[in-house]
Amino acid sequence: MTMTQSSAAPLLQVSDLAVSFRKDGQWRNVVRDMNFSVTAGETLAIVGESGSGKSVTSMAVMQLLPRVSTRITGKVLFQDRDLLALGEPEMEAVRGNRISMIFQEPMTSLNPVMTIGAQIAEAIRVHRPVSKAEARALALEMMDRVHIPAARSRYDDFPHQFSGGMRQRVMIAAALACKPDLLIADEPTTALDVTIQAQVLDLIKELQADTGMGVIFITHDMGVVAEVADRTLVMYNGDVIESGTTAQIFATPQKTYTRALLSAVPKLGTMGGTPHPLPYPVFDMQTGTMTELPLRGDTLQSDAKPLLEVTGLSKRFEVKSKILKRVVARVHAVEQVGLMLRRGETLSIVGESGCGKSTTGRLLTGLYPSDSGRILLDGRELGKIPANERARDIQMIFQDPYASLNPRLRVGEAITEPLRIHKLVPRKDEAEIAERLLERVGLQAQMADRYPHEFSGGQRQRICVARALVMKPKVIVADEAVSALDVTMKTQVINLMMDLQQEMGLGFVFISHDMAVVERISHKVAVMYLGEVVEMGPRAAIFSNPTHPYTRRLLSAVPVPDPARRGQRSAPPILELRSPLRTSDYRHPVRRYLEVSQGHFVQEPGPEWT
Amino acid sequence: MGWFLRRIAQSIVMLWVVISLVFLSIHFVPGDPVELLLAQDGATPDPAMVEVVRGQLGLDRPLHEQYVKKLGDLLRFDLGKSIVDESSVGKEVARRLPRTLELIAAAGLLSLLIGLPAGVLAALRPASLFSRMANLASGTAQSIPVFVIGTLFVITFAQLLGWLPAGGFVAFERDPAKHLLLLIMPATTIAVGLSAIVFRITRASMLDVLPLDFIRTARAKGVPRRRVILQHALRNALMPVITVFALQLGGLLAGTVLVETVFNWPGLSGMLVSGVNARDYPVVTGVIVVVAAFYIGLNLLVDILYGLTDPRVRK
Repeated sequence: MTMTQSSAAPLLQVSDLAVSFRKDGQWRNVVRDMNFSVTAGETLAIVGESGSGKSVTSMAVMQLLPRVSTRITGKVLFQDRDLLALGEPEMEAVRGNRISMIFQEPMTSLNPVMTIGAQIAEAIRVHRPVSKAEARALALEMMDRVHIPAARSRYDDFPHQFSGGMRQRVMIAAALACKPDLLIADEPTTALDVTIQAQVLDLIKELQADTGMGVIFITHDMGVVAEVADRTLVMYNGDVIESGTTAQIFATPQKTYTRALLSAVPKLGTMGGTPHPLPYPVFDMQTGTMTELPLRGDTLQSDAKPLLEVTGLSKRFEVKSKILKRVVARVHAVEQVGLMLRRGETLSIVGESGCGKSTTGRLLTGLYPSDSGRILLDGRELGKIPANERARDIQMIFQDPYASLNPRLRVGEAITEPLRIHKLVPRKDEAEIAERLLERVGLQAQMADRYPHEFSGGQRQRICVARALVMKPKVIVADEAVSALDVTMKTQVINLMMDLQQEMGLGFVFISHDMAVVERISHKVAVMYLGEVVEMGPRAAIFSNPTHPYTRRLLSAVPVPDPARRGQRSAPPILELRSPLRTSDYRHPVRRYLEVSQGHFVQEPGPEWT
Repeated sequence: MGWFLRRIAQSIVMLWVVISLVFLSIHFVPGDPVELLLAQDGATPDPAMVEVVRGQLGLDRPLHEQYVKKLGDLLRFDLGKSIVDESSVGKEVARRLPRTLELIAAAGLLSLLIGLPAGVLAALRPASLFSRMANLASGTAQSIPVFVIGTLFVITFAQLLGWLPAGGFVAFERDPAKHLLLLIMPATTIAVGLSAIVFRITRASMLDVLPLDFIRTARAKGVPRRRVILQHALRNALMPVITVFALQLGGLLAGTVLVETVFNWPGLSGMLVSGVNARDYPVVTGVIVVVAAFYIGLNLLVDILYGLTDPRVRK
């Protein structure tokens, strides 16, 4: 498959690229028949889910794969040289100089024991014959270009002193320090909050406009693709299955997988007329059919008594002085939060990292004791319910399905472990329960004997759902439960959760930063900022009439998966105070809430918003 | 800076705890040192005589008075006198300590020179023949007792080949060449096991660091391979190596007994052994306090090195 060529000569021309890895003495083909090109000033998106080969492709272009266990064939022509024919020293002269790369995890992609200034300057010094002082000056200039505030005073800081967004800026500064002709960005915003993502995307576009470099943008997020890419390449399982201009791909997708990918992309603002949560359409990859699930009755039982009633909930973490252990400051992680959850209801708590949404989830399940406030679980005060009974009523699902299953426990045992701990059923019945639950969450009964590493991320999260269900809880707190999953997996797990809600009348507290998913599945939404709920109300009210400045800011940063509407979103400015750390004598202001419409409450914005 | 002062304060407390423990344990161990001292020929000593000697040594005072006096003495760096021959413990320690330290330093240096590069190379090519052979060798080296290695060395290099003297000690000032010649075998004997440990930790730690994201970043920046390995990988991998290495060195201070015995090296551990045998507890306390102080000082040094290598520790 060849791409439509632009008039200008391509900067990078990849033809018939194939990559194989050697594992246990066997060569396994992971990328096949890759053909694409990038011209100067152009952005090409490579889209696909984990394991589709998109990252492998970029690593092959950069020759960063281990040479002994990798076989790369084909041609990678860059400025009339075949990169695949270059030896390591010649390749070193290309990397970071003519072609640069930035990566997904800004938290781990910087050397923790080198100052960030030194890491940027290093990229200059290995390619340019400059003195140490000159490299420092150039690095400082780059830090200014990527808008790192107070660059001069932060030059000698270490990566752990920077936030995720700022670290990604450092990465970009190092990558672009030698003014490369091509930038490969491998999921550069996936680990970032939406507002930070918007800022980083804008930064890349701004620098591209300045230097005229070509960009290869690797992502799984069609919203980001619509935002940045001129042309798009869709990969599935090592093959390019579709390619064309981004507008074409979005308007008339040819392949089922592309359509699945597109329709699975949660779109903000598509729920306007729907009164209650809606499952995602189901795709059959074999036949290529998409089935919209019929609209079902609402699961919310509004007349039943509330499952959770929370008033004035607060949690502070104390910061103590080094020697005398006096309290010098407090992190106001959760401040005066009030919530209510009814049977069959989904309440979403949204906000960015550090806003206190996860702490709230942990307070609700009793994992942390609260400092003040009241939590009523099914009419009983949470603190007074014995731990084993509490575990029956409320369960939790966590974000990382890889880390939240014990690798040495068979999944069947993992699922029934809560029963064993609380001695609820005879041991002989456990296997049967595990098998039934595995089938209930869409897996097979015989998988109970396997270990977690034998499952994919989506399957593991299903196992975590099964484990939460084994106690037949009334409430499940799902903390970013689908955030680490690929879109198609994500929609399946969400559909599963909605089925279970319908069947069992579960109440969900859905903690997420993904506004589009939240819009799809919630009855009610609470927006948190620096530990406080700044706005809360029915889903439709929050999305159609966001009133608090922070809610507006959050919603405006969400990428719109529609290339025609590109550029309508603008990144919100960097906010200065981003930490709920307060001095020990800090008195929290008394907040007033206004009722905008029925059940839609907005905190009166403080002076920082005017 | 606060971090640094706190660590020093911690070290002083640790030293005080060690001194107190040694003081107490020696006093509660059965067997009266004075009786033992006077019972030279197996006969029960005269009780009156025992009392007199106890009085001379200050052992008839209440325990807490003895404890306070001991702490006071130690604060003035006075380690007391041997019960057996009334020689100054401090002087004897000062004479022997440098010899043991020299032995340990030589052994440590040697094992770093062998273990570090071998560990790095083995981690770069984990499946290579070199890596596998080095693994095998280090496993073997660690499992052979040090006195066996020492004895084998003596048999091979002194008796069969005649390249090196079998053992003994000559002061550096008297005959530098001979001194160093005598140092080779005991130092190498210790270095065999130590370099095996350094090798293993370096290799394992490098294997942990090499697949990390920031190594990939460095390579993507076009940083030459050599610099990626030394500046980015090794510096991050060094911390566990520093910890284990320092603990090993500290342990050697009192643990060179066997080596010092095999090679007739008149170091600190010989003094400790004879002190224990004679229940000469000023000697025992003196040696243990000095060893503990060194051990604690070494740990302090490690923490400072940690702070220098890893900025995250300094908080």
